[in-house]
Amino acid sequence: MEKEIDVGDVKMDYSEKVMDHFANPRNCRKIEDADGVGTVGNPTCGDLMTIYIKVDDDKITDISFQTFGCGAAIATSSMITEIAVGKTIEEALNITRNDVADELDGLPPIKMHCSNLAADGLKAAIEDYQKKNQ
Amino acid sequence: MYLDNSATTQVNEEVLKEMEPFFREEFGNPSTLYGLGRSSKNALNQAREKVAHAINADAGEIIFTSGGSESDNLAIKGIAFKLRNKGKHIITSNIEHPAVKNTLHFLEKLDYEVSYLPVDENGIIKIEDLKESIKDETILITIMHGNNEIGTIQPIEEIGKIARENNIIFHTDAVQTFGKIDVDVEKLNVDLLSLSSHKINGPKGVGALYIKKGIRLEPLIHGGGQENGIRSGTENVAGIVGFAKACEIVSQNLDSNSKKLSAIRDELIEKILSTIPESYLNGDREKRLPNLVNFRFNAIEGESLILLLDAKDYQTSTGSACSSNTLEASPVLTALGLDPVDVHGSLRISLSPETDDFNVDDFVSVVSDAVSRLREMSPLWNQDTDYKAVMCNGKRNRCRRC
Repeated sequence: MEKEIDVGDVKMDYSEKVMDHFANPRNCRKIEDADGVGTVGNPTCGDLMTIYIKVDDDKITDISFQTFGCGAAIATSSMITEIAVGKTIEEALNITRNDVADELDGLPPIKMHCSNLAADGLKAAIEDYQKKNQ
Repeated sequence: MYLDNSATTQVNEEVLKEMEPFFREEFGNPSTLYGLGRSSKNALNQAREKVAHAINADAGEIIFTSGGSESDNLAIKGIAFKLRNKGKHIITSNIEHPAVKNTLHFLEKLDYEVSYLPVDENGIIKIEDLKESIKDETILITIMHGNNEIGTIQPIEEIGKIARENNIIFHTDAVQTFGKIDVDVEKLNVDLLSLSSHKINGPKGVGALYIKKGIRLEPLIHGGGQENGIRSGTENVAGIVGFAKACEIVSQNLDSNSKKLSAIRDELIEKILSTIPESYLNGDREKRLPNLVNFRFNAIEGESLILLLDAKDYQTSTGSACSSNTLEASPVLTALGLDPVDVHGSLRISLSPETDDFNVDDFVSVVSDAVSRLREMSPLWNQDTDYKAVMCNGKRNRCRRC
């Protein structure tokens, strides 16, 4: 994947941070030996997101994503990997949709509900991890 | 590189020059009697001649409006209101522009009945369906000439013939076809035809409705009786003069423009489909506008694609729900029978006769890179996610469809 895309002139209704995470997503890859995997969204609506986590000693040591969706869907996926890495499971479960949007300096109102799925994706991955480790 | 000319176009330089005197020097009201007004009136008359000439009509059959949407509204409501005692049934297609579709939805609230003809997978209505939907109460058929999203062209001549045989008034929205292919009201057998200026390198805020001699409709804007009493309000003289100039230019160059544009279009179709895996053309391959193509790419979402193309300075558009104000996937692409997932991956490219220096190879390579990049990120492309398992589980999906 091309590393950097210059999105200087592309404004839309997105903040610079959203455009940065969209154009240069962090941790966009699959973790083959993930401890937890969660998929949320609905491709019919235009957004589908899979979050992968590695957990060691109750801490998220690695996190990645794959996303089909709009700029906001990709940016929120990328952002949550930065927020969640290093956090304990309990801390990670407390990350909300609003936290993700705030870290991105906000999302257009219309995108807050449909594309802001990353917190749900992380929860689904943690639930998967917990189920496997009961 | 601006590739969204079905949305709007840049005003042609000659058009702009033609308009300029009508802002400061020739600013008179055409309804006044002194020289200044008379000269505006003359300009208006000349403009009407030019627009009429471009579609093989008489000047008396042209009513200037504020654009395509108003022309559609005037045609449909004007006939519906005028003939309300004759019947309240209207026939249309299910891929009309919102200016037609939403006008009809409004009439449905007033107890008019509307039949929506389906289109086939290429976006074209079936004549048989039309014949079957005609009733004694049918007062109007309104079916667009060329579609604004996929570019398919409807069999207007044939529809017009059937309308005449059944004594039903026929309106077509020719906003996308005018200036791209021959639009001749005689050949097309139409009674009403909508035109817009800003799609043919004219100014925004002006258009026209062709009303065949003898057809009567109810005005929507009442007032001082301008435009033969059908559309009151002091005329937008500068806009109308610009529109007429734009009509003149596109008519003079119709054949050469059509050839030039369809050559680029065909090269684009051939190269996109052969370069990008799992890419498809939306709409009929043959019966289409020379300046518009619509593709779909599996497993990616259109808004992301538009953003990546914009970052490389190509302005394009998509039918993806994520890019619309209503979060609704394009009803036109949905009407083709496409899976909603595929509608998200659509890309529309529309050219203008003034599109210069468009290097198809460069563009195809940028699109190809962008599609690959998004597919690398997409769980749908990597195929290891059973997305059907998570679809519409009622808890996690928050889009309006669910």
